[in-house]
Amino acid sequence: MNQTAPRTEPIVLVEDVHTYYGKSHILHGVTLHVQPGEVVGLLGRNGVGKSTTLKTIMGLVRPSHGSVLLDGNAISGLPPHKLARLGIGYVPEDRRIFRLLTVMENLRTGLDRNGVTEERKAGLLDKAFTYFPVLAERRNQAGGTLSGGEQQMLAIARAMMLEPKIILLDEPTEGLMPRMVSQIRQIIDVLHREGVAILLVEQNVPLTLEASERVYIMEKGLVRHHCAASEIKVDDPVIRQHLGV
Amino acid sequence: MDAVAHFFQSIPVDLLIIQTVNGVVTGMILALVASGLTLIFGIMDVVNFAHGELFMLGAYVGVLVLTATGSFWIALVLSALIVALLGAAIQVATLRPLLGRDSLNTILATFGISLILQNYALWQFGPVARKIGEPITSHFNLFYLTYPWYRILIALLSAAIIGGFWLFLKYGKYGVWIRATTQDRVMAQAMGIPVPMVYTAVFAIGAAMAAASGVLFAPLVSVNHTMGLDWVLKAFIVVVIGGMGNLGGSIGAAIFISLLEAYAAIWVDPSQAVIVSFVVLILTLLFRPTGLFVPTPK
Repeated sequence: MNQTAPRTEPIVLVEDVHTYYGKSHILHGVTLHVQPGEVVGLLGRNGVGKSTTLKTIMGLVRPSHGSVLLDGNAISGLPPHKLARLGIGYVPEDRRIFRLLTVMENLRTGLDRNGVTEERKAGLLDKAFTYFPVLAERRNQAGGTLSGGEQQMLAIARAMMLEPKIILLDEPTEGLMPRMVSQIRQIIDVLHREGVAILLVEQNVPLTLEASERVYIMEKGLVRHHCAASEIKVDDPVIRQHLGV
Repeated sequence: MDAVAHFFQSIPVDLLIIQTVNGVVTGMILALVASGLTLIFGIMDVVNFAHGELFMLGAYVGVLVLTATGSFWIALVLSALIVALLGAAIQVATLRPLLGRDSLNTILATFGISLILQNYALWQFGPVARKIGEPITSHFNLFYLTYPWYRILIALLSAAIIGGFWLFLKYGKYGVWIRATTQDRVMAQAMGIPVPMVYTAVFAIGAAMAAASGVLFAPLVSVNHTMGLDWVLKAFIVVVIGGMGNLGGSIGAAIFISLLEAYAAIWVDPSQAVIVSFVVLILTLLFRPTGLFVPTPK
C-alpha cells in the first residue's frame, strides 16, 4: 500500500466544515480528503462528530461554513438524492434497512435509476449475491426479518447498487458477532480491490488500522491527528490519548 | 329471550340485503376517497383538509367535460388527470416549502386551500347545484326495488382503481420508491430517490383518486360547492378507524362504517345514522387509538 505517494485529485475533499444541530456546534472546522479507491479510517470517541462528518458529506446535514467537494466540484447544498446519483453510497450507523420492503426491493431502490440497462442491473445483483449469498437466499424476505449481520450486509449491498465511487461506512461492525465482523472486513477489502473508495467510521481500532491506508483521529469536532495507518499501532500513545483504549 | 328473538324476526331480510348492497356501494366510494387521504398522510405526514374540495372539483370538472364531450367516461378520466395536475401544483406551491415544519403548518395550509377552492367553486359555478346523468340507466330487480346497475358499477370501478393502485405500489418501480419513502425518508434520499418528486406525485395521485370518486358519485347526488365537506369528514373517520396511513385498513374501515350506517338506517332516519360512525370513531380512539386494523403497539 503506497499511501504516502502523491495522488491525483481527491474524490472527496472536506474543507474547514462547521456544522450545527440547532444551537449546538458539532463540527468545528473538519478538513479531510479521500483519494480515489482509497480506504480511509475515521476514529474517535463517541460524539466527536464522526457520523456528522459522514452526514455532511452525504448532504443530510448542511454545513454552516466550509465546503465539500466531490471530484473537485462543490456539492454542499445539493440534495442527498442527487449526491447518491453522483456516486456517494451511504451505509448509516443503524443500517436503516427498509424493514417492510423485501431484500430484493431494498436493492431495487438503488438499482432503478435512469440509464441502467437490465443487463447491468442483473450484473450488479449477481455481484451482490456472490459476495452475500445469504441475501440471495432471503431475497423475498422482508428486510426487517433479517438478523443484524444480514441487515448490515444488505445495507452495504444496497449502497453497492448505486455503483458508487465512494462508500461512507458508519460503524459497520457495531453489535455484530466476531464471525460477521471478519466478513465485513473481507467485504471492505473486496470493495477496495474493485477501486471503490471508502470512508470508514469505526470504534473497532484494530480493524480500522488493518483495513485502512490512512486514518484521521477526531476529537471534539476537529481532526486532531492524521497519519498513514501503518505508522501507528493499536497501543500507540496517540490512540490512547484520543480514544482512551 | 322472547324479546330478542322477536327483534330479530322483525328485521326484514329483504331490507337487510338491500342495505348491505347500499352499504358496500357507498363503502367503496368512501374507500376511494379515504385511500387518497390515508396515502397522503402515511407518506407525507400531511393531514389534507382540502381533500373534500378535490373531490368536489373533480365532480365540477366532470360536469364541464361531460357538457363539452357528452361522454361520462372521458369526463371521468380527464377530471382525474386535470385534478391530479392541480394537486401537483398545489403541493409544489404550498406544501413543499413547509417540508420539515410542524404538522400544524400543513394543517393550516390545507385548510386555507380548502376555503379557497370552495369559494372559487361558488364564484365560478354559482350556488345552484349541477347534475350529472348516470352513464348507464338500466336497472335490475332487488326484491321490491328496481336497483340501478350504475351503483354496482361504481363499487366495481372503485375497487378496480384501488386494486390498480395497490398493484402499482407493490410491483411498480415508482411504487417501490413510494413505499421506501414512507418507511424512511432520509434513507430513501440517500439511495437516490428524489423524495420531493415522490411527495408531489403522491399528492397528485391522491387528488386524482378524490376527483375520480367525485365524478363517479356525482350522478347519485347533486354537484355543489359544499359536497366535499360530508365526504372528507367521513373519510377522516375512516382513516382514523382504519389506522392512519394504513391503506388496507382504510378500505376495511370504509366498508365497515358504511355497512353500519346502512343497517342503522333501517331503524332510524338516515341523517341520524351518521351518529353510528361517530360512536365507532370515539370507541376506536378510546380503545384502539392506532386503528381497528393495526395491532396496538405494546
